[in-house]
Amino acid sequence: MNFSYIILIPLIPLVVFLLLGIFNQRIKPAVSGYVGVLGLLTSTLLSFYTAYQYFFVYGKANGVYQTFVEKTVWMNFTETLAIDMGVLVDPISVMMLIVVSIVSLMVHIYSRGYMKGDDGYTKFFAFLSLFSFSMYGLVLATNLFQIYIFWELVGVSSYLLIGYYYTKPSAVSAAKKAFIVTRFADLGFLIGILIVGYYTGTYDFEMLNNPEGNAILNWASTSFMGLSVLTWALILIFIGGAGKSAMFPLHIWLPDAMEGPTPVSALIHAATMVVAGVFLVARLFPMYYFVENGFALNIVAYVGAFSALFAAIIAVTQTDIKRVLAFSTMSQLGYMMLALGVSGYDGHEGLGYMASMFHLFAHAMFKALLFLCAGSVIHAVHSNYLKDMGGLRKYMPITNITFLIAALAIAGVPPFAGFFSKDEILVAAFEHNKLIYFVGVFVAGLTAFYMFRIYFGIFWGKETKYEHKPHESPISMTFPLMVLALLSIVGGFIPFSKFVTADKAGFEAHLNYPLAAVAVGVGLLGIGLAWAFYKNENNLADKMVNFFGPFYKWTSDKFYFDEIYLFITKKILFNRVSAPIAKFDKKYVDGTMVGIGNKTVWTSEKIKSLQSGKVQDYAFAFIAGVVVLVLVFIYMWTN
Amino acid sequence: MDILTLFIIVPILTILALVFTKGLKQARIVSLIGSLVQFGMAINLVFAYFKERAVNSDIMVFTKDVVWFKEFNIHYNIGVDGISVALLLLTAIVVLAGVFISWKMNDLPKEFFVSLIVLSIGVYGFFISLDLFTMFVFFEIAVIPMYLLIGIWGTGPKEYSAMKLTLMLMGASAVLLVGILGIYFNSNADGGALTFNILEISKVSIPIEAQKLFFPLTFIGFAVIGALFPFHTWSPDGHASAPTAVSMLHAGVLMKLGGYGVFRVAMFLLPEGAMHWSWFFIILATIGVIYGAFAAIKQTDLKYINAYSSVSHLGMVLFALLMLNKTSWNGAILQSLSHGFMTALFFALIGMIYERTHTRDVTELGGLLKVIPFISAIYVIAGLASLGLPGFSGFVAEMNIFVGAFEHEDMFYRVATIISVSAIVVTAVYILRVVGIMLMGPVKNNAFLTLEKVTWYEKLGIMLLLIPIVGMGVAPLWLSDMILESLHPFIQGVL
Repeated sequence: MNFSYIILIPLIPLVVFLLLGIFNQRIKPAVSGYVGVLGLLTSTLLSFYTAYQYFFVYGKANGVYQTFVEKTVWMNFTETLAIDMGVLVDPISVMMLIVVSIVSLMVHIYSRGYMKGDDGYTKFFAFLSLFSFSMYGLVLATNLFQIYIFWELVGVSSYLLIGYYYTKPSAVSAAKKAFIVTRFADLGFLIGILIVGYYTGTYDFEMLNNPEGNAILNWASTSFMGLSVLTWALILIFIGGAGKSAMFPLHIWLPDAMEGPTPVSALIHAATMVVAGVFLVARLFPMYYFVENGFALNIVAYVGAFSALFAAIIAVTQTDIKRVLAFSTMSQLGYMMLALGVSGYDGHEGLGYMASMFHLFAHAMFKALLFLCAGSVIHAVHSNYLKDMGGLRKYMPITNITFLIAALAIAGVPPFAGFFSKDEILVAAFEHNKLIYFVGVFVAGLTAFYMFRIYFGIFWGKETKYEHKPHESPISMTFPLMVLALLSIVGGFIPFSKFVTADKAGFEAHLNYPLAAVAVGVGLLGIGLAWAFYKNENNLADKMVNFFGPFYKWTSDKFYFDEIYLFITKKILFNRVSAPIAKFDKKYVDGTMVGIGNKTVWTSEKIKSLQSGKVQDYAFAFIAGVVVLVLVFIYMWTN
Repeated sequence: MDILTLFIIVPILTILALVFTKGLKQARIVSLIGSLVQFGMAINLVFAYFKERAVNSDIMVFTKDVVWFKEFNIHYNIGVDGISVALLLLTAIVVLAGVFISWKMNDLPKEFFVSLIVLSIGVYGFFISLDLFTMFVFFEIAVIPMYLLIGIWGTGPKEYSAMKLTLMLMGASAVLLVGILGIYFNSNADGGALTFNILEISKVSIPIEAQKLFFPLTFIGFAVIGALFPFHTWSPDGHASAPTAVSMLHAGVLMKLGGYGVFRVAMFLLPEGAMHWSWFFIILATIGVIYGAFAAIKQTDLKYINAYSSVSHLGMVLFALLMLNKTSWNGAILQSLSHGFMTALFFALIGMIYERTHTRDVTELGGLLKVIPFISAIYVIAGLASLGLPGFSGFVAEMNIFVGAFEHEDMFYRVATIISVSAIVVTAVYILRVVGIMLMGPVKNNAFLTLEKVTWYEKLGIMLLLIPIVGMGVAPLWLSDMILESLHPFIQGVL
C-alpha cells in the first residue's frame, strides 16, 4: 500500500492557514469559517480512510502491524546525520491521526458558533489550522528532529492561541509563560536529541526503536556518571515531554493557558497538544523499555503517578471551572504516563502501553467534551467561576446531559469509555508496581469527586440570579457536544489491544473483575461524596474546608508553585543575573573601552606640542595598542 | 567585464550618477536603480555559480588576477565559492531593502545614499577578494563611511557613538594589519616569493610558532566587528545612534565581515594556530552568546535589545567557527546569513515604529498590534525567527551549529555547547518580553490610535527580507549543500 497521499493530511490545514493568514483582511468571516471546517473535514476523511486501510486491509503482515515510511532529506548535517521529512504510518500514528482529526474537526465546527462576532474570527481559524498542521506533522514524524520541529510549531500555535485575546494582560503573560516553560523543557529535549544523534548515529525512529538494532543493543557502550548516555538522553527527552504534557514540576503553564478561548483549551490543552509528551514516550517506547533495563521508564512512571495525584488534589479546591478541568487534564496525563511507565513490551506484558494509548484516545474524547460543555456554559453565563453558576440543567438540557456523560466517563463508570481504559491502566499498575496502583486508585476516587463537584455546582445546587436568562447554545455548538458524547459512550468498546500494542502484534485483553470492581467502587464513592456535598445547598463543604484548614489553603493556592517560579525568574534571573550583566556591560566592559579612549586623549593632550590634530592621536593609540598586544603575545608564545 | 568586478563597477557608476542628482526624488530613484541592478546581478551570480560549479571543481571560480602593486606583490585577485556567493546575495538584498526603507530620507539625501553605496562597495569587494591586502583595503572602505553616516544622519549622542564605533573598529584593523603582515612575511616559508594571495598561502606550511603568534591577532582583528565579547561595546551605542538603513546594513552585512574574515583568513591560513587557540576564544564566544542574551533581557531601548541580541547571535557564529568541523562551519555561515536578514528586518521595523511613535522605549509603547497590525505582525514573525522557531532560517543555522559542536566529545566542549544551547531559552525570554509589552496589551497612548498605516515601499523592504528568512527555513537543502560543498577544501586544513 502506498501511503504517500498521507502528506495531504497535514498539508491541507497548512494551505488553509496560509490562505486565511495572508488574506486575513479581505476574507469575510463567514467564508473563513467554512474554509477552515472544510479543510479539516477533508483531512479527517483522509485520516479515517487511512485508518481503515491500515488497520483492516494492508497494515498487518504475519500477525504484526507493519511500519510504512515515506521520507525525503530536508537538510544534511554530516555524511551520516540528516534531518528527514516524511510520514511514518504505524498503529499509534494512525490512532493519533484519528484523535487529532475528530477533536479538531469538532472544535472547528464549535468555534463557528462560539467565536461568532469576534474581531479576529479569520485569524482564529488561521491559527487553528496552523495548529492542526503542526499536530499532524508531529504525530506523523519519522525521526526525532522532525518531531522536534513540529513540537516547536505546536508550541508556537499554542502561544498564539493562548494570547489570542492579546489586549488582555493576563492572556499575554499566560501565553508567554506557556511558551517559555515549554521552551525550557525543550532545551532538555534538544540536548537529548543531540546525544542520541551523536552516540547512535541516527535520528530515525525505525532504527532507534528496533529491539535488535544497534541503538538498543549497544546502550551500554558509553556511560556518564554511572548511567548509560542513552539513559541520560531519554531522561532529557522525557523532560521535553513532561514540559508539553504538564508533568510536575513543569505543569505551571497549563492552568494559566486557560486564558485562551475555550475551544482552544479543548483542542490544544486537553485533547491533543498536551498528549504530545505521552506520545513521545510511546513513540520511543522500545528505547525506554530496553535501554538500561527501563531505568528512564521508571522515572516516567513515578513522575506520572506523582503528577496524577498532585493535580487531582489541587483540582478539588479550584473554583474556576476551566482550571478544575486543566488540573484534571494534568492528572489524567499523569495517568497515561504512569501506564507507560509500568508497561512491559511483549504481548500481554505490554498492557500498560496499550492502556495508556487507550486512555489517551478516550480522554481526548471526554475531556474535549468537558471543555466544550464548559465553553457552552461560560458562553451562557459569561463567567468562569462556580459561584456564578448553579441550577443550569433547566436552561441548558443538552449541555447538561453531555457534561454528565463526560463526567461519568472520566469517573470510570461502566460502560463509558473511561471505565475500560482506566481499568486496564490499574491492572497494569497492579501487576508491576503496587505503590503506583494505590496512587492510581486514590486518584480515581478524587477524580470522580472533583468532577461531580463541578457538575453539581454548575447544573444543580442553588440557582444563581442571572442577569440574562441563560439559554442553550446554538446547534453549531451543541452538535459537536453530541458527537463527542456518543464517542465517550461507545469509545470504550473499541478492542484497542488488537490494534495498538507495544510489540504491534496484538493480544486478548480481558476485564479483571475484582480490580474493576475496586475502581468502580472508588469512583462511585467519589460521586457519592460529591452528591452529598454539592447536590443541594448545605454547609458540609465548608465544614470540610475548616477541617483541613491550612492544607486547604495551600492546595487552593496550588502549593505556591507559581510563586516559587516567579521568585526564581524575577528575583534571581531577572534581578540577580540579567540586571547585573547589563550594568556590568555598561560600567566595566564599555567603561574599560571608553577609558582606553580617554587615556589616549589624555596622553595626546600631554604631548600636544609634538602632535596636533585628532588623526594622529588615534594613530598613536592604535600603534601603542598594537605594540602592547604584540608584546603580550610574544610573551605568551615564548612561554 | 567579468561577473564579479561588476559588483564594484555598478556601485561606482551609481555614485557617479548620484553626483548629478538634485533632491530626494532623483537621488532615491538613482539609488534604487543601482541597487536593483546589483540585486539582479546577485541572483544571476547564483545561477551562474551553479552552472560553473558543475564543470569547474576549483576552490574558487570566476577568478581573475591583476597586479596593482608590484613591489609587494599585491594583486587585485578575485573569485568566489558558494559561501561568498551566498553572502553577496545577502548584501544585495539588504542594500536594496535599505534603499526602500530610506525612501523618505529628507536630510542631505544625495550624500546619504552616496555614503551608503560606498559602504556597499567595501562589502562587495571584501567578499570577492582573494588577496589579503586588497581584502583589507575593502574592509577599511566599508568601515569608514560608518563614521559619516552615524555622525551626520544619526540620532542621540551620535558624535560619541560614531567616534566610539570608528575608533574600536580602527583599533581592531590595526591589530588585523599586524596579523596580515605576519602572514605575509611567512608566506615564503616553503621557499617561494612573498605573497598576499590567499589560495597560494594556504598551500604554504607556515611555521607553527608563527601561526600561534598571528592567529590571535588576525582573529581578534576580524572578530571585533563580529561583536566578540568583550569588544562588542561599540555595537549597542553605534546601532542606537545610527539611522535605520545604516543599522540594517551594518548589523545585517558589515558585522558578517568579521565571521567571514575569521573563516577565510584566520582559520584557512593559520589552521594550527586555530587549533592551538580555539579553547581560549571558545570561552569568549560562549560568554558572548549567553551574556548578550541576558543583557538583552534588561534593556528598554528597542535598538539596544537588538544590538545585544546580535552579540548573542554573532557570538554563536564565532563559537561555531571555533568548533572546527564542517557541520558547525556550515551552521556558522548559515547563521551569518540568517542573522543578516533577521537583524536587518528588525532594524527596519524598529525604524518604522520609531518614525510613527517617536520613541524606541518599550515601556512607553503598548498595544501596537491593534493600531499598526502589519508592522506588528511582522515583528512577531521576526521575533519568532530570532528565537529559532523551525520554519525560519535561525533554526536551520542553530541546529547545524549544535550538531556540529556536539561532535566534540571532551568535557570542555560539551559544557560550552550546552551553555550555548541554553541561549535558546533566554532568547525566547527577551523576544517574548518585547512582543508582550510593545505589541500586545491595551493601547498605551491615545496618540497611537492615529498612526500611519504601512506604506508600499516599507512593505517591499519588509518582504525582501522576510522571504529569504522563510525560504531558508522551509527549504534549506540547496543552500546548505552549496555551502557544505564549498567547505570541503577548508576543512582539510584543520583535520
